[in-house]
Amino acid sequence: MSDTHSQANQSIHYVAQSMLPEQPAPLSTSGPVAWMRENLFANWRDTILTVIFGAAILAIIVNLLPWLFLDAVFYADDIRQCRELGEGACFAVVTSRFDQLIFGFYPGHLYWRPILTFVLMLLAFAPVLHDNLPRKLLWFTAVFPLLAYWLLWGGSIWGPILIVAMVAVCFVVFRLLVTAINPTLSALATFVVAVAWLMFVQGPWTDGLSAIANVGLEPVESAKFGGFLITFVIGVTGIVGSLPLGILLALGRKSDMPVVKMICVGFIEFIRGVPLITLLFVASTLLNYFLPPGTSFDLILRVLIMVTLFASAYMAEVIRGGLAALPRGQYEAADALGLNYWQGTQLIILPQALKISIPGIVNTFIGLFKDTTLVSIVGILDPIGIMQPIRSTSEWNGIIWELPIFIGLVFFVACFVMSRYSMYFERKLDTGHRS
Amino acid sequence: MTAATYSDGSEPFEFRMLFYDKRYRSITLQIITIVLFMLAVAWLVDNVVQNFRDLGKDFSFGFLFQPASYDINQTLIEYTSRSPHWKAAVVGILNTLLIAFLGCIAATIVGVLIGVARLSQNWLVSRFMTVYIEGFRNVPVLLWILLMSTIFATALPSPRQAPQLLGGALVPTNRGFYLPAFEWGAGSLPLVIIFLLSIVAIIVFRRWARTRQQETGEILPVFWISLALFFLPSLIAFFLLGRPIGLEFAELKGFNYQGGLYVRNSFMALWLALSLYTAAFIAENVRAGIQAISKGQTEASYSLGLPPSRTMNLVILPQALRIIIPPLISQYLNLTKNSSLAIAVGYMDITGTLGGITLNQTGREMECLLLVMGFYLIVSLLISGVMNVYNSAVALKER
Repeated sequence: MSDTHSQANQSIHYVAQSMLPEQPAPLSTSGPVAWMRENLFANWRDTILTVIFGAAILAIIVNLLPWLFLDAVFYADDIRQCRELGEGACFAVVTSRFDQLIFGFYPGHLYWRPILTFVLMLLAFAPVLHDNLPRKLLWFTAVFPLLAYWLLWGGSIWGPILIVAMVAVCFVVFRLLVTAINPTLSALATFVVAVAWLMFVQGPWTDGLSAIANVGLEPVESAKFGGFLITFVIGVTGIVGSLPLGILLALGRKSDMPVVKMICVGFIEFIRGVPLITLLFVASTLLNYFLPPGTSFDLILRVLIMVTLFASAYMAEVIRGGLAALPRGQYEAADALGLNYWQGTQLIILPQALKISIPGIVNTFIGLFKDTTLVSIVGILDPIGIMQPIRSTSEWNGIIWELPIFIGLVFFVACFVMSRYSMYFERKLDTGHRS
Repeated sequence: MTAATYSDGSEPFEFRMLFYDKRYRSITLQIITIVLFMLAVAWLVDNVVQNFRDLGKDFSFGFLFQPASYDINQTLIEYTSRSPHWKAAVVGILNTLLIAFLGCIAATIVGVLIGVARLSQNWLVSRFMTVYIEGFRNVPVLLWILLMSTIFATALPSPRQAPQLLGGALVPTNRGFYLPAFEWGAGSLPLVIIFLLSIVAIIVFRRWARTRQQETGEILPVFWISLALFFLPSLIAFFLLGRPIGLEFAELKGFNYQGGLYVRNSFMALWLALSLYTAAFIAENVRAGIQAISKGQTEASYSLGLPPSRTMNLVILPQALRIIIPPLISQYLNLTKNSSLAIAVGYMDITGTLGGITLNQTGREMECLLLVMGFYLIVSLLISGVMNVYNSAVALKER
């Protein structure tokens, strides 16, 4: 074929001897011009919108940029010096009160403890968030809550160690009994053991061991906690505590047993029906009435309990949605395989239901993290609670925008990262087939 | 295990069957649960009784009928500091409902506009809306409320220097906003009746037009006729009756504005912050609802020959609304609950009156908080009841 062509080409001169080089696509169909034509100036209505919004954005940038960055003052002693140094924003308030905004009134020479806790927290979350890390790291994750408690509040090391011992004892008791008698009874027995340990062993033994070998950190009382430290303490505790509680509540709500179901529905609907702020009022004024006379534990712990309960009700509803979205066949398949309730739930139902509810779960986390700001209303000095006192000091009286901008930015970054991570996680777990 | 034997229900009952036999196990578990639950409740109640006795307190709602002896700065009903506590609570409830109602309306309007704009073909517009949504959603609402209130209190001018926007209809000052108020003159009652009648007429007309279309296939310009019915009779009556309803503008007298409708900064800050914050969530719901309708629906509608406007009204919106409305209502619920943050800016809602000052004055934490929680619970249950009715009404009717 090619031979005949080349012979013919020599004689026929109007046939081109060589291929023309490839031309780039015309400017009107590719490149930035085409992109703009398609996305900004598709028709006259689009053009008008583009002009209006472009002008608005330009105006915002032109007016805001100098104030926010170029003329801003980052280091000054008070607001008067700030105003002398520059026309723009006075971020000096953030830099001069940075320690307070982050740590509250935590003793300055102990800042390394919250910082270390934060780093360890990242380490503890890492194996949960990335499944290609060694699984052994999960043991550290399990121990981390106690470690964090000890690092932040200080005190004797024997308390946390005894709690670990209690968990170990409970585990052994459960394992021994579960083969000897049956799961229900052994769970009950384990519960009794745990309660007995907390009531009779924990306190005296801690004191006894401390008397023998006083190993510990300088204690820091809760009232000294503040700033973003308290936001993270409440937020992370709520997140970590609400997930298991929420799963149990959701399973209880789907249960065949009317009594269990009623208790769970009542709890969930009650918590979801009232604003968090009223629950925080309960924590700050009412909770002591529900405890034996004479006991009182500090406000932050009470708030932690309330926030965790609050979040767990929302979590339960999200997970219930996931449970309801599973096809009935999955439940029946678990039964058909001869798995009992807990095996079926753990191996077949929950992995799928949790996967479906990831976006909702992360949304609840984000909501919880933002809701931690409400504790400022019951007098805890979280960033917002600390913002007003700073603004009313004589040095910084007159500051409006700078503190909310800084606090808002930190919250924005934290929440935005969480929501992006959930998207990434969703994509990673997506098996490609729906339902 | 030993339990895995078949039974036909005839073998004698043994104690261990309570735990191993599926027929009895769930009852056993429930009885254990009830006993544990009751024990816990009894323990809590016993503690409360004990604590109350130690403090010499009693549990009664009698304090509700004693004089409140505090003032409330915004009241929708008549209230003085000599009014009883229950009246202060009612004032608070009305203030809560007011902010919730106005907030829901504003949040819906802004949210729908932004949600639709987010889907715009225009890159600039959709990006701008994304920034709005992400910005508002990821920052705590309490921060927005406090920021708005600070701005209004410090950045707005004093009444004497305040600009009169929209011909004096809106005067923002650092003491609050002044809006025109309605002046109800003689003959305004017939006008209101005519207006209500014209709305009834619109509903009747739309029904009639629909049955007529179903019978004859003829389509009337329903929208324009409804619009005319809405405005024309009322406008004609307005001028025939000699303009009975007027607008009273606020006027600067001395150091302050007098007359008109005075809206406090605390209300304005709370309302704006709640609306804009909730609008960001509603916008996402609207976008998700519209995107959930498959493109095939639009194409099918076009191939049936329906024009774009009818495609939107008859095909897309009815389906999208089914997806949008349930989360929308739960956003309303969130807004209502978030309105309890009023306490941070001094707007006197139910949390501020009954759960705030009354609680602190009388020292009856238990009773006050029970009432406040009861109120919010009732509102939540009502709203979710409405949602359930709606859901069952619009649920896909499958065979």
